[in-house]
Amino acid sequence: MKPFTYERATTPAAAASAAARVPGAKFIAGGTNLLDLMKIGVEEPAHLIDVNGLDLDTIEPTDEGGLRLGAMVRNTDLAADARIRRDYPLLSRALLAGASGQLRNKATTGGNLLQRTRCPYFYDTNQACNKRLPGSGCAAIGGFSRQHAIVGASKSCIAVHPSDMAVAMRALDATVETVRPDGSTRRIPIADFHTLPGNTPHIENVLAPGELITAVTLPRPVGGTQLYHKVRDRASYAFALVSVAMIVQPDGSGRVALGGVAHKPWRVEAAETEFPKGAKAVATRLLAGAQPTEGNAFKVTLVERTIAASLAEAKEAKA
Amino acid sequence: MDPSNDWKFTRREVLKMGAVSATALAVPGLVAATAAKDGIRSPVTAKVALEVNGRAQELDLDTRTTLLDALREHMHLTGTKKGCDHGQCGACTVIVDGRRINSCLTLAVMHEGAKVTTIEGLGTPARLHPMQAAFIKHDGYQCGYCTPGQICSAVAVLDEIRDDIPSHVTGDLTAKARINPIELRERMSGNICRCGAYSNIQEAIAEVAGVKA
Ligand SMILES: Cc1cc2nc3c(=O)[nH]c(=O)nc-3n(C[C@H](O)[C@H](O)[C@H](O)COP(=O)(O)OP(=O)(O)OC[C@H]3O[C@@H](n4cnc5c(N)ncnc54)[C@H](O)[C@@H]3O)c2cc1C
Ligand code: SF4
Repeated sequence: MKPFTYERATTPAAAASAAARVPGAKFIAGGTNLLDLMKIGVEEPAHLIDVNGLDLDTIEPTDEGGLRLGAMVRNTDLAADARIRRDYPLLSRALLAGASGQLRNKATTGGNLLQRTRCPYFYDTNQACNKRLPGSGCAAIGGFSRQHAIVGASKSCIAVHPSDMAVAMRALDATVETVRPDGSTRRIPIADFHTLPGNTPHIENVLAPGELITAVTLPRPVGGTQLYHKVRDRASYAFALVSVAMIVQPDGSGRVALGGVAHKPWRVEAAETEFPKGAKAVATRLLAGAQPTEGNAFKVTLVERTIAASLAEAKEAKA
Repeated sequence: MDPSNDWKFTRREVLKMGAVSATALAVPGLVAATAAKDGIRSPVTAKVALEVNGRAQELDLDTRTTLLDALREHMHLTGTKKGCDHGQCGACTVIVDGRRINSCLTLAVMHEGAKVTTIEGLGTPARLHPMQAAFIKHDGYQCGYCTPGQICSAVAVLDEIRDDIPSHVTGDLTAKARINPIELRERMSGNICRCGAYSNIQEAIAEVAGVKA
């Protein structure tokens, strides 16, 4: 690990302005992704700004009837919150399907959104990777790409975003709240927060340098049957090959977002009009233009089947 | 601020790509940016005071020191083990302010004022913690390397269920979390045992929890 200086931030605005002022600075929250990457030289911050002491660890009601989730709320506490379990069970389910008990005790709302891909070539500093080193190429294209993207990928990068939580937040139409180094704040709909790789895969979201996530807000509860189905290589403690976050209303209408298939949580609102026609129709619209590799073509079928299983379960839950 | 978010390169990054592709270097601005930044940094130390197994500890550490390395190398509490050092195996599990965490994925300097419990703090050979005694009784190990992490995790798991924290296998999220064998298995999934002593580990935890394995 490269040496770094360290400071504890006292207010969100001070953290953001310090991040913009000190070259090579990064925020550290739970540290479960950042330290992992620092140990292998993928991340080399010169300065760490510890944001654990910021007063951003509460879950509060909003004036609109939703909830504001502080950026430092631990994944365990978010999943266990009685309001989340009752009104946004999809979010609890997605969080609980991720990582391990130990990791969820540290992982934060903000850090989880910003965790980086698990592409094995991104982790291996001997391999070409446009995300780690822009312009160096992409070893996954033509390499082992079983875990990689089937939609929204580019000739530069076929990595997927690994977060389970973010997929649920996409289905729930969450909003990311931030503070910028100049002290100004903004609200970014989750749909616009993560970006597709294009020819700049090292850019993964719309945050400006030094911009700090302060909270994520959820709109008022939408009800319905809420399900998160994660398909992976072992029953627990593994990243998704494919995941399906689904909300089905009593009238059969609904929402669906996918994890494990793209550089961001994948939702195509137009596909949701196909709910009455069933899984095949929904999956076809969702994955229109999919370009899987030989190694991950199975994900196209897996998406359809996981949607079918989710629809069937929702029907059963209603009955 | 984030080196991954703009087109800045340190010399090391360029060296790192090594033999990858010479043509890749034809990125606009790359060479100029490289020449401008030469990142040889010297180690930085910082003070941290925390409580470990009931004893106050004051340390002056390289900021890079993980909590795991601080425990093992600086406090000589070698019960906590380094397995993968990447949060994937659970051997380094300790209890910090009542919560189990992977001590390998957190910096010691981030724990000012924290209360840490390691396997040495749970019990002693003369006064075993009930979970330690149950692991011995049920032979919940073979080589023993993962055992301190398994035991710290198991103790915290029972507290998490008591505190009504649900899990991936909890059927009804609106009901109170319950202790049963499926719950114990899921909640212990962050602790890997390469000897495969899982069924005995399960029996040990179930006995302490007062349920059938
Ligand atoms: C073995 C293992 C298995 C895992 N399995 C899963 C899984 O199945 N599903 C899943 O979803 N995740 C999984 N994870 C990933 C885990 O969820 C993330 O590591 C965690 O959510 C990151 O949160 P953190 O607070 O620790 O982030 P950090 O590591 O502290 O930070 C991550 C990034 O976010 C930035 N950052 C942090 N907070 C803020 C903020 N408030 N504003 C701006 N920037 C910020 C940091 O600068 C850094 O770049 C796994 C991790 C491990 C190690
Ligand atoms: S898929 Fe993306 S992250 Fe993986 S090697 Fe290619 S550029 Fe890097």
